[in-house]
Amino acid sequence: MKHHFRRQGWVAGLFALLVALFILTKFIQPNYGAGDLGSLVRAVLPYAFAVAAQTVVVIAGGIDLSVAAMMALTSVTAASMMAGASEEYALLVVPFVLAMGFALGAVNGILIVVSRVPDIVVTLATLFMLQGAALLVLGAPGGGAAEWLKSLVVGTIPLPGLPDSVTAWIPKSLVLLVVLLCIVWIPLNRSKLGLSIYAIGSSELAAFRSGVPVARTKILAYAFAGLFAAMGGLSLTMSTGIGAPIPGPYLLASVAAVVLGGVALGGGKGSLLGPIIAVFVLRLVRTDLTLLAIDPNVTAIVEGSIMVAVVMFGAFITMRSRSS
Amino acid sequence: MSISATASQPAPLGRRIKRFMSDYPLVPLLALLLLLVLVLQIMQPGIVNQRWIANTVKFAIPLALLAGCQTMTMLTGGIDLSVGTVATMAAFIVATQGVDHAAPVAMLIALVPAVLIGFANGIGVGVFRVHPLIMTLGTSLIGVGFLQVYQRTVIAAGAKVPDFLIWLGTGLTGGIPNALLLFIPVAALLIFIQRRTGFGRLLYATGDNERATRLAGVKYWQVILALYMFSSVLAGIMGLLYMGLIRAPSLSLAEPLVLPSVAAAVIGGTSIFGGRGSYTGTIVGALILTVLTTLLTILQMPEGARRILFGAIVLLVTAAYLRIVDDR
Repeated sequence: MKHHFRRQGWVAGLFALLVALFILTKFIQPNYGAGDLGSLVRAVLPYAFAVAAQTVVVIAGGIDLSVAAMMALTSVTAASMMAGASEEYALLVVPFVLAMGFALGAVNGILIVVSRVPDIVVTLATLFMLQGAALLVLGAPGGGAAEWLKSLVVGTIPLPGLPDSVTAWIPKSLVLLVVLLCIVWIPLNRSKLGLSIYAIGSSELAAFRSGVPVARTKILAYAFAGLFAAMGGLSLTMSTGIGAPIPGPYLLASVAAVVLGGVALGGGKGSLLGPIIAVFVLRLVRTDLTLLAIDPNVTAIVEGSIMVAVVMFGAFITMRSRSS
Repeated sequence: MSISATASQPAPLGRRIKRFMSDYPLVPLLALLLLLVLVLQIMQPGIVNQRWIANTVKFAIPLALLAGCQTMTMLTGGIDLSVGTVATMAAFIVATQGVDHAAPVAMLIALVPAVLIGFANGIGVGVFRVHPLIMTLGTSLIGVGFLQVYQRTVIAAGAKVPDFLIWLGTGLTGGIPNALLLFIPVAALLIFIQRRTGFGRLLYATGDNERATRLAGVKYWQVILALYMFSSVLAGIMGLLYMGLIRAPSLSLAEPLVLPSVAAAVIGGTSIFGGRGSYTGTIVGALILTVLTTLLTILQMPEGARRILFGAIVLLVTAAYLRIVDDR
């Protein structure tokens, strides 16, 4: 019970930090408004999906270094399939790419289970392989995206009965993010599989002895990570209109946000909400630093320092609570 | 008759080979290296000569040095992903400071960030008990930021790589790379530390069972702090050598070597969970990866296919090696 409270406390603290940052942003830039919120969420989208992918795997006690490469591959696949194709064709492309992400993630899991090589080494190897595959699909940034897909992340959702001043604060991209995450995460979390994922992350041996199918659960955890990564790849194609074969900075960011979000790297603890809030916090810090007209290179230093400081603080708190 | 006779019955050949290999884990690795060289020779007859060997060794040394950092930290169950940034910083700083200062001074200045980052890593991992993966990623992010800021302050000054480093990095003496002058003592030191010193035994012990080691009275944070500072300085020295080899300063000089350095240590039989491994295996692992890269280049495949093959082979070798060694 006490533990439960502490975990919620961490997420609540993060949320308070996010609110404080929004207030700070408004203070720095009094003009900061609905439009800026929309562009913030658009920038957050690929990061949020990368973090979701990483979260599932980390809760299962693993780590996925291939997240960014997977996003690059799914993004270029989508972009090259949609280039010059009709709008309706994209309706087929989206499920295909999502299924591809799921399958590739499952391959990650199968390789880990079958080869018995540590997760970090297997996903390191698949990182190279996925990167290579992305380069084979599309040698240079290019391709295209269907108009309706691109419009999914631009603008706001008009709600009947609400004035424009309110709906302006509900960007489509935010709704898209929340809906997609909920569609996958809530059923997963409520199901037996979700429980099994927490179980194998907490103690693989104990889970095995209680009759949890460890191998199947691990494979499915990686498959869901692949699905989230594919959503991330699609969101990249949606917001840029093209696909780029070189993986973005999403691996590092995803690991950072997972830890910042209160998910233990050992596995078995945490939920999706914390890491998602953490992503918003990290992006908003970057926005604030830009608004303050700070050299973008210094921004990297500040971001890294925040990450290290927060992680140290978190480790310190766990240490204190363990010794008391 | 019965008991002694069954005991002396020779085990099946396959089992004997397997046992031999798990007793001498270096043998299958060396066999693989020879096989790769053989394949190379068959595909391009005459390529394997003294010049080729010297070249391969020259390019394997920086990788082996970085993989040395990974081997040392992995022994305690850690990992050091900041080595790429540390090496790049050392290389970039020595090239830019070489304009105003004498070579030894420039080299000393270049190693300062290495010491600082190693210290931060050690404090974070040892005292605050942050996961090494996160800690070293974080410090490397900070390091990259500082490097970019630094770059803007010296961009007009130009760059000059000290002649000594070029001699060390690219020079050959009688067909033998000069870099071996640096590498052999370093490798000997690493192997000596691992096999013969108390510090080395503490590394294996903490990796094997951290709790037991602490209960035995070992000051965990001191071991970790010393380890990460050592790893960082080694990465800094590698950066200096690599600058002499590549001779063109850039902000991502050594980054592409980070993941291969982890792969080299793992192929060489170092367990990523700690407690098992040795630097001799890592050196062979680095050589295997270097020869493999040459092989894939000669195949003249597109870059994408080469990366796919590289990843697949790394995975395959690691899995096969674990099967051979883990005879349980």
